[in-house]
Amino acid sequence: MDTLTYLKKKSAEIRLNLLEMIYQAKSGHTGGALSSVDILTVLYYAVMNITPDNPKNPSRDRFVMSKGHSVEGVYNILADKGFFDKSELRNFSKFKSRLIGHPSVKVPGIELNTGALGHGLSCSVGMALAAKKYVKEVRVYCLMGDGEQAEGSVWEAGMAASNYKLDNLTAVIDRNYLQISGNTEDVMRLDSLTDKWKAFGWEVMEVDGHNIEQLLEVLEKPRIPDKPTILIAKTTKGKGVTYMEDMAKWHHGVPTEEQYKQAVDEIKKYIRELDDHE
Amino acid sequence: MSKSIPCRKAFTNKLIELAAGNQDIIVVTSDARGSVTLNEYADKYPEQFVEVGIAEQNEVGIAAGIASFGKQVFVCAPACFLSARSLEQIKVDVVYSKNNVKIVGISGGISYGALGFTHQSLHDIAVMRTFPDLAVILPADRFQTEAVTEWLAKADCPAYVRVGRAAVPDVYSKADGSFTLGKANILKNGSDVTAIAAGEMVAKALAAADMLFSKGISVRVLDMHTIKPLDRDAIVAAARETGAIVTLEEHSIFGGLGAAVAEVAAEEYPVPMRILGIPDEIPVEGEAVDVFRHYGLTPGGIAGEIQKLITRKK
Repeated sequence: MDTLTYLKKKSAEIRLNLLEMIYQAKSGHTGGALSSVDILTVLYYAVMNITPDNPKNPSRDRFVMSKGHSVEGVYNILADKGFFDKSELRNFSKFKSRLIGHPSVKVPGIELNTGALGHGLSCSVGMALAAKKYVKEVRVYCLMGDGEQAEGSVWEAGMAASNYKLDNLTAVIDRNYLQISGNTEDVMRLDSLTDKWKAFGWEVMEVDGHNIEQLLEVLEKPRIPDKPTILIAKTTKGKGVTYMEDMAKWHHGVPTEEQYKQAVDEIKKYIRELDDHE
Repeated sequence: MSKSIPCRKAFTNKLIELAAGNQDIIVVTSDARGSVTLNEYADKYPEQFVEVGIAEQNEVGIAAGIASFGKQVFVCAPACFLSARSLEQIKVDVVYSKNNVKIVGISGGISYGALGFTHQSLHDIAVMRTFPDLAVILPADRFQTEAVTEWLAKADCPAYVRVGRAAVPDVYSKADGSFTLGKANILKNGSDVTAIAAGEMVAKALAAADMLFSKGISVRVLDMHTIKPLDRDAIVAAARETGAIVTLEEHSIFGGLGAAVAEVAAEEYPVPMRILGIPDEIPVEGEAVDVFRHYGLTPGGIAGEIQKLITRKK
């Protein structure tokens, strides 16, 4: 199987797994989890240097899930990669489980507790600064939401990253144009995010956040010296499940039994199509 | 006493000494190198100094990120901003994410009295002591600040330390032996009442005790430098052995040292208590010394309150 097909299939499988996890837990941020899965898949399976055998390896790359509410994809990827046993996914959101609704450092492979928005990029800047000084080969990746861009601290961090020429830092914005109350541009206008981040001194790239090939190409590209990079990844909230796509109500909606079966059928059909192409 | 230096300067002097042989020490500040007295440190160790500009939220987040690489990170800025503006970063990025960051709030309490309420931190102990695993420390003088700084550079837990702006009278004669985390120092033994003070109120407690000694009142003075973890045993012993407790703090009378002591006394050994600090109002503006006098937080004022308290003893 070529890398692209492998990643596409992996991404679809993660979608299936996270839906199963959310469905059985009757809790989760379904829409945002689905919109970020392709980005996470490319990072975890093709770009980042991390291994489950040594999750605290000092020279590992760092990933910060600043949009902590979309943790479902991360848990499923970490379990799939062997950071912890897959059976533990059944405990998602259960009493005393370490797999809670936002990332927790109790879980092997998670670098930072998030859930309050606007924190991840500052911590990533700290990590990138430390990496430059102490462990040069480390790269830092931070995934933010688009609604999160309204937090002032995001821009404090943005300013610092370019001031300190952090070319070992890559941020990605999951640009699905939806936040809990509706369209981001109606709630608090963000566009043009590209212009804003350029003005803050970042190398900005607009990408299709569901196009695995494009994500792979851009994330593996050599960095611009002395500049942090940010991907404005255009995505669809609820991507991969037609009835969830572009619907704010799926921000933390949980499917009914019938809806769940429909979602599974749709994703399995997509996987079969990928297999047929092989 | 006249040669004393502010605790913030004692802190940076010690930090300069510690950083000499330790590249893992990193200082992060938010346009506060002057206020903190970090200029010399920044000149000597530019590679171990991170300026973030006026951005306290980012400051603490960055510190947490650096600390996650196993470094000893000191965040240094005015206590008023660190304990309010970046409170969520302290809660989430430092405490919750288990990043070993030392938060050093300078010019705390009413140090900046004439600059108004924006620059006062009279809530910091109250909020910080609710965070699990975060040590909360208020050194009493330059020597103890030095000892605390030395401890901070080795400690593997996060901490909030608050010091004042101006030089204060010496309480100790040397750093050695002046600080053990969570262990109050008995500065004066006494049997009629115990004064429990923290930070720069300790010197005032000692002065009040001296005044009362001449009136035949025996005051035990406890330096409760560590608000968290709190020395419960010392509080219970004070209650049992002296029968009354007065607390002294440069903080709101709500939620601070007095409240912490009262929580222990109420549960373990209730005795008459008096909590002295800044009352529940926007404080009167002015130089710290005048504000203290206004609220009766002078040795004479404190001695008077202690005399009244003693009359309530059974």
